[in-house]
Amino acid sequence: MNIVELEQVEKRYRGVHALKGLNLVLKQGEILGLFGHNGAGKTTTIKLILGLIEASRGKVSVFGVDPTRSEARNQRRQLGFLQENVSFYDQLTGLEVLNYFARLKQIPKKQCLALLDQVGLRHAENRRVKTYSKGMRQRLGLAQALLGEPKLLLLDEPTVGLDPIATQDFYQRLKRLQEQGCTVILCSHVLPGVEKYIDRALIMGRGELLAEGNLHDLRQQADLPLTLQLQGTIELPEALRAHSTKNPSGISLQVPMQQKMQVLRSLMALPGLENLDLHLPTLEDLYTHFTGTMQLGPQELLEAQRR
Amino acid sequence: MNAIFTVAAKEFRDGLRNRWIVAISIIFAILAIGLAYFGAAAAGQVGFTSLSTTLVSLASLAVFIIPLIALMLAYDGVVGEDENGTLLLLLTYPLSRGQLLLGKMAGHGAIMAFSTLVGFGAAAIIMGSFADIRWPELIAAFGLFIISAVLLGWVFIAFAYIISCSVTEKSKAAGMALIVWFLFVLVFDLGLLGLLVGTQGDVDAQLLPYLLLLNPTDIFRLITISYFASEQITGLMAIAQHVRFSTTTLLLALLVWLAVPMAIALLIFNRRSL
Repeated sequence: MNIVELEQVEKRYRGVHALKGLNLVLKQGEILGLFGHNGAGKTTTIKLILGLIEASRGKVSVFGVDPTRSEARNQRRQLGFLQENVSFYDQLTGLEVLNYFARLKQIPKKQCLALLDQVGLRHAENRRVKTYSKGMRQRLGLAQALLGEPKLLLLDEPTVGLDPIATQDFYQRLKRLQEQGCTVILCSHVLPGVEKYIDRALIMGRGELLAEGNLHDLRQQADLPLTLQLQGTIELPEALRAHSTKNPSGISLQVPMQQKMQVLRSLMALPGLENLDLHLPTLEDLYTHFTGTMQLGPQELLEAQRR
Repeated sequence: MNAIFTVAAKEFRDGLRNRWIVAISIIFAILAIGLAYFGAAAAGQVGFTSLSTTLVSLASLAVFIIPLIALMLAYDGVVGEDENGTLLLLLTYPLSRGQLLLGKMAGHGAIMAFSTLVGFGAAAIIMGSFADIRWPELIAAFGLFIISAVLLGWVFIAFAYIISCSVTEKSKAAGMALIVWFLFVLVFDLGLLGLLVGTQGDVDAQLLPYLLLLNPTDIFRLITISYFASEQITGLMAIAQHVRFSTTTLLLALLVWLAVPMAIALLIFNRRSL
């Protein structure tokens, strides 16, 4: 079943073309990563899916219904959302804030305590939010988004302010939710660490889709070289010498992905090789690759084509 | 309905938490008791004076302070949530924009009503216990005064929400609230007086009283003054003597002043882009 469907969706604000014909289909149980620089159209996409704004053109459907229609309002109970930089109500305690949101979602209060326990805020439940650190506020926000076991979760920078352990914990929880059939859209700038947990990445730039697919597909599309870091006293074969550069820690070798096994075999045959590190292009490299061309001006793009 | 109540209850709890309710109640109580006891100090005596003198002078003082308190209480109702990021979040919950706004207004309205009742009510009880006034008379007069004071507070809460829904920064809302207060509480009456003096009273005497209905603060004062019709009326309010409005008419006029800004606020809020 398709949870989210966007068909040729465009959004224009006064003078700004925020989205230019975006297509997106999200199946149940998928975790989608949404990446892009500021102003790429990520937040606009999320707001469209949430039904907070209307598309200028095209069709948006969430759970099979247009989210801006008033009939869709009851479906919002199956929706969890956490945006960037939410500071909640300073005067209320963590538990009171969560109780308030639970009541609006018509969810029994006892879930609040369980959720506070899960995000590790049980010890601070009776303290005012004013005294919370950024990480604690973020965890309260997560608890809020998870109220009522949502079927669709939209998270904008969910791990900002979380320490590495809490971040790991959070991603583990996402995996568990996914197993229960929850669909997740994750917006993030913090790329390292995310790739293991997403099924599919969507890289956007200036309101357009730049690349889409799982990590394997993206690597193939980008055709980025593989980097090998070699240590030891070695004499590289003639064919590989052109791809190599010397650096203080040894020799760095960049070869196309397709030649990976072939190159590895010939390297292993070298007698002086002491150590070998292998770097596949990461999501970060792919992101830089796909968005890099976007940031060129028209003049540079022309030159790039001429070359 | 449920959602409106939830939002209102949270808003009321906020009012208790940040001491708004306590502060407003104390201000109103001190104002009323002080005026009742020291109101005749200028005439060389202290002690509780008559009920009518007390309430008429209380009305002309409250007319400055009630709008100010209401505007300060509610000016950041929407724009404050927007700056917090919670407005966006709340609108992804299963409640409509109308429910959210009505809930917030109801919450702030309840804060205003509760503190007015407690503040002026406490003053009424003290006056009734120490002054030589019969209870039924006191309760009727203070009851009407409290009702009209609450209505006036609600009108300005609705004004505050119009401001709050139409701006994107809290500081701008605060500035606009101050301007609204200045216009309704000071400028309007001065303008009307200017009109009277400038035309040397050559304005239709039948028309003038209706001009007072264009300002909710004047309606509020007229309610108290017309209740004590025997009192000597001075100043601008004297022009209303030509046409006597009944108390019911005046209360209805305040209700219109409440309903129209509320509707405008809802309209603006529904169009607010996120």
